Amino acid sequence: MKLRQGQFSFLPDLTDDDIRVQAQYAIDKGWAVSVEYTDDPHPRNTYWEMWGHPMFDNPDAAAVVYEVNECRKEHGGKYIRVIAFDASPGWESVRMGFIVNRPATEPGFRVVRQEGEGRIIRYTVESYAVREPEGARYA
Amino acid sequence: MNEMSNQTVTDAKKRYSAGVMKYAQMGYWEPDYEPKETDVIALFRITPQDGVDAVEAAAAVAGESSTATWTVVWTDRLTACEKYRAKAYRVDPVPGSEGEFFAYIAYDLDLFEGGSIANLTASIIGNVFGFKPLKALRLEDMRLPVAYVKTFQGPATGIVVERERLNCYGRPLLGATVKPKLGLSGRNYGRVVYEALKGGLDFTKDDENINSQPFMHWRDRFLYCMEAVNRASAATGEVKGTYLNVTAGTMEEMYARAEFAKSLGSVIVMIDLVIGYTAIQSMAKWARDNDMILHLHRAGHSTYTRQRSHGVSFRVIAKWMRLAGVDHLHAGTVVGKLEGDPATTKGYYDIFREERNPMALQNGIFFDQEWASLNKMMPVASGGIHAGQMHQLLTYLGEDVVLQFGGGTIGHPHGIEAGAQANRVALEAMVFARNAGRDIWNEGEDILRDAARSCTPLKQALDVWKDVSFDYASTDAPDFAPTPEVSA
Repeated sequence: MKLRQGQFSFLPDLTDDDIRVQAQYAIDKGWAVSVEYTDDPHPRNTYWEMWGHPMFDNPDAAAVVYEVNECRKEHGGKYIRVIAFDASPGWESVRMGFIVNRPATEPGFRVVRQEGEGRIIRYTVESYAVREPEGARYA
Repeated sequence: MNEMSNQTVTDAKKRYSAGVMKYAQMGYWEPDYEPKETDVIALFRITPQDGVDAVEAAAAVAGESSTATWTVVWTDRLTACEKYRAKAYRVDPVPGSEGEFFAYIAYDLDLFEGGSIANLTASIIGNVFGFKPLKALRLEDMRLPVAYVKTFQGPATGIVVERERLNCYGRPLLGATVKPKLGLSGRNYGRVVYEALKGGLDFTKDDENINSQPFMHWRDRFLYCMEAVNRASAATGEVKGTYLNVTAGTMEEMYARAEFAKSLGSVIVMIDLVIGYTAIQSMAKWARDNDMILHLHRAGHSTYTRQRSHGVSFRVIAKWMRLAGVDHLHAGTVVGKLEGDPATTKGYYDIFREERNPMALQNGIFFDQEWASLNKMMPVASGGIHAGQMHQLLTYLGEDVVLQFGGGTIGHPHGIEAGAQANRVALEAMVFARNAGRDIWNEGEDILRDAARSCTPLKQALDVWKDVSFDYASTDAPDFAPTPEVSA
């Protein structure tokens, strides 16, 4: 399966230049761009690992592409995303988020059904990858 | 009628002697009045009967929507009646519409119970719309003072937290209403939900009149829909939702359905506008207490919002609903099959999504409105839209909106999943192009064609619907051109 999270997961994988263009859009809006990675892509896994702090005062998206590639060197077998954070009043949250790196194979998720009374089913969505301990998932 | 005849009678003996007196003379017309920051202000479009003076008509509206009755009553004198009288303070002819006037009326804050849309509306639109001296009356806009706004909960979740819960940023959300809206069994209904969500939509939606009918009872629908939601979530790795319509005949039944939706793990429930303002506020409170996004379908609104001369403008309904506390509300598409010109629709969207609305007569917004950090509502664009209009939709409606392609998903020649995928690819390609600095308004069709090269379902969608548009004159356009000559 292909993980469909983020703004551009239905488009062909982004090139470094695509990443630069999108990151520059965020920077020009005054948003802080950061790079995060994970080996647990569960839809509700909010806190991916931070590849450094958000780049608050960085004016040039080339630096974002540089950090993405540095992150790939160490975590190229995992999911990596770029997010943009907007600190303006009334928002103070994420404005953009898109995946820039995927593991070679994406095992996806299974649905676990716990059958209860009255036909009620409690659902759990579980990432196949997390059957292995952290660090031993994917490659 | 001479000018003098509209002056308030100040001699108490004359003012309160039994009998009938003009509303203007009773004190409901105060041309020198300066509205206080804490006043509620209403702007009415009034069409007086032939021979009725516009100022007297405005004073009558002020009177009938506050303290007055048809005759003088001595019991007024037991109250601080000057405070409780609403005051018409300005009457302007409507540009280009002979016989119609804009009447500005100010109400003291103490006339209203905090946190109650029912109380606010019982005054403002209670009796006065049937008043005989008027041919027609329309509530065009309201200025709600911060002091009053702060007495309401506001949207249970709001745009920002909704996005955080859905883990979805930087693009409009995508939805579809399940069709046919009546007749599908629970099992068949869930199939549509599954295919559409798996294909790339974020949400599917019950229609306004899908409640609990012989062909599909509500529990069956909820159970099959949640199976579909969870399967689709696993297939895509995304948070998915389906608006489970909990509209029912009693509050007790609505709470029971909402609780069941919660127990199944749904992120969102839905209600219809026809359940009434108090029921909406109760469900908004329930939604806040239970971490639930609350979708409101504006079923029935066109019966009073559509005609320009009589009723209540949708911009006023939008303000009431932001106070009442819903998270999603339909607000028009501009390009689709339902009413809404671009300028008026922009006014609605601004009311939903902005911290502050400055006066914008060209968008039908007559007052500065502060929202005092009340959450923002997510507008929903639904009705006759398709992937080929993506550049227009993104330009007109922006990013914080749910684009709902019902027919435009389910009617795809190669099935529901293909339809959903076409919409998602078109959307992502258009957002990508906009962010990259391209002129999507003029290059939109090229952008879609390019995206369709690597997405056959999009190519098929563009081919099927390329000539579909709904180009009719709007019945409710703003009265003022973009450069208004009327001062504030």
